[in-house]
Amino acid sequence: MRKLVFGLLIIAAYASCKSNNGKSTLPIYGSRKAVTKIVDGKSVTDTVYQTIPQFRFVNQYGDSISNKNLDGKVYVADFFFTTCPSICPQMARNMLKVFAAYKNSADFRILSHTIDPKHDSVPVLKKYADKLGVNGNTWWFLQGKKEDTYSIAENSYLVAVKQDSSAAGGYVHQGYFVLVDKQKRVRGAYDGTEAKQVDQLIADIKTLLAEPDPKTTP
Amino acid sequence: MRYIRTIAAVSTLAIITLLIVSCESNTSLEFKRYYSEGAEIYQTRCQNCHGNDGAGLSALIPALNDSTFLKKNKNSLACTIRYGLKGVININGKTFDENMPAAELAPMEIAQVITYMNNSFGNQLGIVTMDEVEADLKNCK
Ligand code: HEC
Repeated sequence: MRKLVFGLLIIAAYASCKSNNGKSTLPIYGSRKAVTKIVDGKSVTDTVYQTIPQFRFVNQYGDSISNKNLDGKVYVADFFFTTCPSICPQMARNMLKVFAAYKNSADFRILSHTIDPKHDSVPVLKKYADKLGVNGNTWWFLQGKKEDTYSIAENSYLVAVKQDSSAAGGYVHQGYFVLVDKQKRVRGAYDGTEAKQVDQLIADIKTLLAEPDPKTTP
Repeated sequence: MRYIRTIAAVSTLAIITLLIVSCESNTSLEFKRYYSEGAEIYQTRCQNCHGNDGAGLSALIPALNDSTFLKKNKNSLACTIRYGLKGVININGKTFDENMPAAELAPMEIAQVITYMNNSFGNQLGIVTMDEVEADLKNCK
C-alpha cells in the first residue's frame, strides 16, 4: 500500500510538472514513427502516433459501442467495478464533476469499463448509472470480455501511465482517468481519486475540444 | 464570626465553581481528543465512500448529516460500523438499499469516529464514549 501511494505521488508530481509548461498543447503519448510519403512529387515526412485500436463493448442500455462511435470525439476512459469498496466511489464522485462540466457537449464522451463483467451485467450497469444520476449518452458504462478490457487498458489506454512510472503492473486498478483526443491518441492520465488532478483534466478536455477536427481516418 | 462564615461560604462556592469548571474542561478535553482522533479514522476508513464533506454519493451512498437518523439509531451506530449495514434505510427522505462493508475497528476507534461524525457535517450530538460503544456492541443483531 505504501509503495502504491508513493508511486502515485511520483506520478502526480510528474503530471503536475507536465501540465505547468505547455499550457495550450498537451503531450501525445505512446509510440510514434516517421512515415515518408510522396505528395505532389515531393516527399513529405509525417509522424504517425499510436492510437486506440478497434474495440467493441456493450453499454448500460445494451447498445453495442465500437471505436467508430468515438470518431471525432474527445473522451475520458476509466476502469472500475460496481462493487468496488475502495477507490471507486471517489472516482465516481470525481467523474461526476467531469460529467457535469461536459454532459451537453456533443463531442465529448466518458467510457467507464467494468473489470468485473461477470457481476456487472448490462442491467447491473444500468441500475448503477441510474443511482449515480447519469442518463443520456455522454457517459457509457461498458461491459465486455474481461481479456478485451484488460488488453485495451494495459496496451493502449495506460501507455501514458507506463511512460511516466517505474511502478510495475496493476495499472488497471489504480483509478486513472485517461484522456483521449479526437484522433484517438492518448493525451493525458490523471489520478481519478485526486480532486486537483480531476480539475486539471476538466481544463485539459476544453483544450482538446478546441483542437481542429481530424480528417476522416480510413 | 460572621466574617469567617462569609469567607467559608465564598471559598466553598469558589471550590465548587472550580470543580465544575475543571470537570467541564475535562470533558471538553476528552471530546476534543475523541474528535481529532475520529477525524483521522474518518479520513482513512470512511471518506472514500461518504465523502470529505459527509455528503455521500448520489443514490449509492447516504450522507452522514441526517441528525434525526443518527439520534434515533444512536445505539446501533457502533454495530453498523463494526459489522456493516445492509438493507433499506431512509436518509434525508431518500431511500438507500446498498451494502456497507464491516470495518475492523477497536471499540475506542469506533467511539472516536462516531464522535467525529456526530459533530461534523452539521450534526451536533455530543460525545460517544468507549464505554457506551462497548455496551452497544454487546447488543448487535
Ligand atoms: C465501501 C463504502 C463505505 C465505507 C468505506 C463506509 N460506508 Fe457507511 N455506508 C455505506 C453505504 C452504501 C451505506 C448504506 C447501507 C444501506 O443502504 O443499508 C452506509 C451507511 C452508513 C450509515 C447509516 C446511514 C447514514 O447515512 O447515516 C452510517 C452512520 C455510516 N455508513 C457510517 C460510516 C462510517 C463512520 C464509516 C467509516 C468507519 C463508513 N460508514 C464507511 C458505504 C460505506
